[in-house]
Amino acid sequence: MTALLRSAKSLLLLEFVGGLWLTLKYFFRPKVTLNYPYEKGPVSPRFRGEHALRRYPNGEERCIACKLCEAVCPALAITIEAEPRDDGSRRTTRYDIDMTKCIYCGLCQEACPVDAIVETPNFEFSTETREELIYTKDKLLANGEKWERAIAANIAADSEYR
Amino acid sequence: MTYTGWFVEQFGQGLGWFLANLTLILAIAFPVMVGVALAVYADRKIWAAMQMRRGPNVVGPFGLLQTFADAAKLFLKETIIPSGASTGVFLLAPMISFTLALVVWAVMPFDAGMVLADLNVGLLYVFAVSSMGVYGIIMSGWASNSKYAFLGGLRSAAQMVSYEVSMGFILVAVMMYAQSLNLSDIVMSQKGNVLGILNGNIFNPLLFPMAIMFFITALAETNRPPFDLPEAEAELVAGYQVEYSSMSFALFFLGEYANILFMCALIPTLFMGGWLPPLDLPFLYIVPGFVWFLIKMAFMFFVFAWVKAAVPRYRYDQLMRLGWKVFLPLSLFWVVVVSGWLMFTGHFATAPGAL
Repeated sequence: MTALLRSAKSLLLLEFVGGLWLTLKYFFRPKVTLNYPYEKGPVSPRFRGEHALRRYPNGEERCIACKLCEAVCPALAITIEAEPRDDGSRRTTRYDIDMTKCIYCGLCQEACPVDAIVETPNFEFSTETREELIYTKDKLLANGEKWERAIAANIAADSEYR
Repeated sequence: MTYTGWFVEQFGQGLGWFLANLTLILAIAFPVMVGVALAVYADRKIWAAMQMRRGPNVVGPFGLLQTFADAAKLFLKETIIPSGASTGVFLLAPMISFTLALVVWAVMPFDAGMVLADLNVGLLYVFAVSSMGVYGIIMSGWASNSKYAFLGGLRSAAQMVSYEVSMGFILVAVMMYAQSLNLSDIVMSQKGNVLGILNGNIFNPLLFPMAIMFFITALAETNRPPFDLPEAEAELVAGYQVEYSSMSFALFFLGEYANILFMCALIPTLFMGGWLPPLDLPFLYIVPGFVWFLIKMAFMFFVFAWVKAAVPRYRYDQLMRLGWKVFLPLSLFWVVVVSGWLMFTGHFATAPGAL
């Protein structure tokens, strides 16, 4: 009898109809996909995106060329050259990050004693050539100026957990 | 004066006839190609919506130009011919698939009298051409000289041959009701055929199961999910298409979707009253028959895409079991039931050439 019932059930396509009904209900549900370039998901204050070098409010660059970030970088993406400036303070003459090597681990910003090198919440920095992904000091400082508000807000938001 | 008559008068018998038919063929083939592009788009959109995704929405308004962009991309790519392939057959296969997919449209009546070739064996023609479609696939599978393509081609050949048998029996039931093989006559025979007001064989309780079975065999014939074993991305990568690139792939793709669209047009013609409105009420005939036909086609395409979203792929032995052990006996039995009923009610007494 069960075999008869089962074959009648499959002959009447009951399970197919059930499946079709379910998919039809889903057809009219609101979509869950974010319409990406126009809608974006929330970004955590700890998000590790594109790098930036920061300045003090008086315009002096923060980086003191201690090279801790260069030493800690597991991907060897950071290259720093430094010499004393005319006023005797130690500053970098070269600060390159190869973004094609970087693994966005965030160790550089953890290592930095003066919060100079940070990762901004920006994740939209794709380029058309590889050369554009080798960031120089100028590029990094420009990033710092561009993203300073977001960086400062993120550091402030995260500070109570440090 | 008829359309062909005007051309014959202007250009003489041979050339005029040729030009008239050429323009008519283009007038069918071009909208079919545009329809295919829109069908691919609609397919992706419907599929996406059922998975709560958005689908293509970037190229053009609402992503409508996505398919055209894809086609342009394929057109600009290099055609790669595998070194082990049999070049002639390899290149011929997509052409055959594509040509046959377009050629079937010749007998499709879009409206009363709106048909390129009003064959009195239209249904046989459709059946013959769709049987030949398997050649394109098996040739590509063999000529690619690749195990995946070969397996895909074999699967496809076996599948299409199996389902054509039961499809034939389903068509027999329809043509017994219509007493004709001409697609226009089949449509006209459905005018008010149920209770005098419903147009369409699908409303006939004897033919309703046939319509469902025909839909399922149409899925199998066009290699649509759940019967897309010839392509089976997961196991055969893309089956018989695996070695194809560029336009030769595009021809397969277009042919496949042109076939699907044709099935979406054939099911309304055979079961849903073609260009007739669903109810035989005079005010419904204000809407042109062509529009009714397109609405029915669009509805069928929605169902095709819907099924694709709802069901998983069959296993190969299940597919064969369904074809040979379920559909063949069932359709054969049903032909007997239908013909018995028609004999009992004296339907054949009015048949042309009845004794």
